[in-house]
Amino acid sequence: MDQYLLMNTLRFPILSTTIFLPLVGAALFLFMKSARAVRVTALLTAMVTFLVSFMLYLNFDPGTHLFQFGEFRSWISSYKINYVLGIDGITLFLVLLTTLLAPLCILCSWTAITQRVKEFMFCILLMEAAMVGVFSALDFVLFYIFWEAMLIPMYLLIAIWGGPQKDYASIKFFIYTLFGSVFLLVAIIALYLANGSFSIPGAMFQNYSFPFQFWVFLGFAIAFAIKVPMFPFHTWLPAAHTEAPTAGSVYLASVLLKMGAYGFLRFCLPITPKASLYFAPYMVALSVIAIIYGGFVCLAQTDMKKLIAYSSVAHMGFVTLGIFSLVLIGLQGALLQMLNHGITTGALFLCVGIIYERTHSREIYDNAGLGKIAPIYMGFFGFFALSAFAFPGTNNFVGEIYVLIGMFSKSKVAGFFAIIGAVLAAAYMLRLLKQVAWGRDDRRAIQDMNTREVVYLLPLVLFVFWVGLFPRLYVLTAEKTLAHLLAQLHTVGH
Amino acid sequence: MLILPEITLLFFSVFFLLVAVSKAKATIVSTPVRGLSLLVLLASVLSITGSGVLFSGAYQMTLFSQIFKLLLAAGFCLVIFMLDISGEIEKGFYAEYFMFLSFSVLGLMMLSSAMELMTIVISLEISSYSLYVIVPLRKAQTKVQLEASVKYLFFGAVSTGIMLYGMSYLYGISHSTFLADIITALPKFTNKPMMVFALILTLTGFFFKLSLFPMHFWAPDIYEGASNATTAFIATVPKIAATAVLIRIAMLGVFGSPDFASVLMVLSALSMTFGNLVGLVQKDIKRLLAYSGIAHAGYLMMGVIALTKNGNASAIYYMAVYLFMNLGCFYAVMLLSKSGGNVMLNDLVGLSKRAPLLGFMLAVSAFSLAGIPPTGGFMGKFFLFTNALAQGYLTLVIIGTVNTVISIFYYLNIVRMSYTKEAVGSESLSLALSFPQKVVCLIYIAIILYLGVMPSSLMEIFRASITF
Repeated sequence: MDQYLLMNTLRFPILSTTIFLPLVGAALFLFMKSARAVRVTALLTAMVTFLVSFMLYLNFDPGTHLFQFGEFRSWISSYKINYVLGIDGITLFLVLLTTLLAPLCILCSWTAITQRVKEFMFCILLMEAAMVGVFSALDFVLFYIFWEAMLIPMYLLIAIWGGPQKDYASIKFFIYTLFGSVFLLVAIIALYLANGSFSIPGAMFQNYSFPFQFWVFLGFAIAFAIKVPMFPFHTWLPAAHTEAPTAGSVYLASVLLKMGAYGFLRFCLPITPKASLYFAPYMVALSVIAIIYGGFVCLAQTDMKKLIAYSSVAHMGFVTLGIFSLVLIGLQGALLQMLNHGITTGALFLCVGIIYERTHSREIYDNAGLGKIAPIYMGFFGFFALSAFAFPGTNNFVGEIYVLIGMFSKSKVAGFFAIIGAVLAAAYMLRLLKQVAWGRDDRRAIQDMNTREVVYLLPLVLFVFWVGLFPRLYVLTAEKTLAHLLAQLHTVGH
Repeated sequence: MLILPEITLLFFSVFFLLVAVSKAKATIVSTPVRGLSLLVLLASVLSITGSGVLFSGAYQMTLFSQIFKLLLAAGFCLVIFMLDISGEIEKGFYAEYFMFLSFSVLGLMMLSSAMELMTIVISLEISSYSLYVIVPLRKAQTKVQLEASVKYLFFGAVSTGIMLYGMSYLYGISHSTFLADIITALPKFTNKPMMVFALILTLTGFFFKLSLFPMHFWAPDIYEGASNATTAFIATVPKIAATAVLIRIAMLGVFGSPDFASVLMVLSALSMTFGNLVGLVQKDIKRLLAYSGIAHAGYLMMGVIALTKNGNASAIYYMAVYLFMNLGCFYAVMLLSKSGGNVMLNDLVGLSKRAPLLGFMLAVSAFSLAGIPPTGGFMGKFFLFTNALAQGYLTLVIIGTVNTVISIFYYLNIVRMSYTKEAVGSESLSLALSFPQKVVCLIYIAIILYLGVMPSSLMEIFRASITF
């Protein structure tokens, strides 16, 4: 049994339920014929899953850094591979974000997806299961299986229901991500040979030699940097985000990108602390480049989805910047930014999806001048755009402030350049907003948002304000975990 | 009782021999064949715990050999069930076809029990000669399958010759043809070039069966030329027995001979790299699977090279997974082929709509061949990599992982064709599967996923079977 694990005290294995409930729902599709039945079942499954995962939040104890709701079963005993699940302050909200977005993704595809509805919903639920699995797995092999299992449904989402260049985008996504993951696998096996077990917490804060840490860090970093994506590894992202159907873009932006950052927090910092300290300046530099580069590229985009995709590169730059500032406030900011980016960028992709369903174009010009034609839509879109460039009072503002304070305490130069990036964010977002609201005068027949669409955007509006005005809850939940992580990092790392 | 599977197979072949010489040919053949193949499977299951020695140690029944017999029987049974005889073979040759097929499996089963060089050679030839005969048996004869059969015979004979040459060295070293004697004599020759030379040459005959680089040349042409069912058989079943002998003989090299392991390592690396790179440009699915098979032989060697109990067990596990994922792909080829012809990648277009279950089965098999979780192919590769790395073969493991990425391109192409392309015209007609065909598809899906999620119990059995 693991000393890092507080066993689950609820009456049922809550994490397993959260993971496998979507699969059960997906299995039910086999007995269904009509698309409507499939949609309703998928929605109900996702909502029940969210309610189950909400119990995680209600029963979570923020007073400990240990993993909670632990489950432990022997799986492949000859290789000491176990089925271990557990979440801590870092993963609680990531799991909740995933389960919250699943029903929204199903709702947003309600009328947008008319072909092969069954397979589509199957992929969506499969993705949900795998994503929750990635965040809660505490065994390397289990983690890796969930990590790779996401590739197949995500590939199919892009390749079958994607845009005009879906072929290119989906293959690039698959091969790029797989390329990163195989080195992760080698690093995992190397850690197993060093530790004699595949336990993730068991591998943390061990006294490995520096060269060993150096190579393991690189093996991890290449996988996670591709997933984040950090600056030189980002080229798969615009293609995949742009061509994916709305639900796929939301999953990609809101959850999949978080996995890279999560990987840095969960694996790189605690398992290879010396190498993390060694590589931190380089990672900070890459993050700053991503922020500024992403900002400039956004300024030149004419495609709404592409613009938001590149803005993700910049936003995720803030996350990695916070992580590799290696101070508590920076880590807290990074974690907040992970959530914020999930909420805001997810919402922006949903907004683009809404207008794409009406005009069948992602070009800014085709969707310009909506201020008078679709005022409700414009309200939502404007709101999320403001949140995306960290307008005070919204969620991103809090996150960026945390990250910047953390960064300035380490390096004024890096902080200064990050600020430039933040200004760029305002520039490209306001440019987009101006065009979409007032860019054209002609009145076209474009319908405003309907109730279903308002319903699935409202929860995200709530979170933008909640995190923006009362971030204490989110910061405190993870504080113990992050503080423990940093304390250990600095004791073992030096 | 000890050799129940062999006896059942012998009965099977003699039965078809009698049918072949009788007048009543084609009509009575296809009915009993499936039942009989199930009987062979049943016999192998029943004798799984059998252990004993025959012919003063030349023929041994251990858990190791019985597991391989069971795998062989399973492969044989699946091929028989997948086979649509009327589309593949000329009507007059049904009985002969089954006779030679079962003789071949008999030889392979004997191979997995053989503990003496002569027995090994005889078993190998029993299986090879049967295959040489059935390669040209294909409906609508053209020059392609004749060319294929000549090539197969030629390459087979050459590799057997090389193998015999190597065996003569082994005999020279130990003055005995029994593996048990050889293993006691070998330590005196540790690190002598002669020992490495003898072992590698002896293994060449099995590299041929496994289509490992540099004995891979036959594979693409024979796969392309032989009928779909014959190819499915050749691509899978002989490789199982070859793995058994490979593990047996490679263990002779365990006595601290780094050169021996280095040679195998280079072959493994070349095999997977060559197979995957050439696989990228293939259009004919059978040729594609041939190159994929060359690459997989390379992966498999990782487990053999580890020269440890766990390493060999993982090689067996990989072979078990390979049996199902490879036959899964071939099943799709067989069902899609029009009157026994070859299937091109383009013929897969729209498959997921024409036959959803078949498309899904093909996707699962292809992802498994590529090694993507949660399929058995991933678990197999994972065990192989872990054991190779445990023995310090970091370079080989990295080459293997990079190869995984290269190979995903053509496996993904299979999935892409069937899932994302829309068929037009007569190609878009739905392909209705009969009930037994659906069951076979479901069996493949279930087993490949089971092997990917629950490897523990099987792995334990395989580990227990490695006792030398």
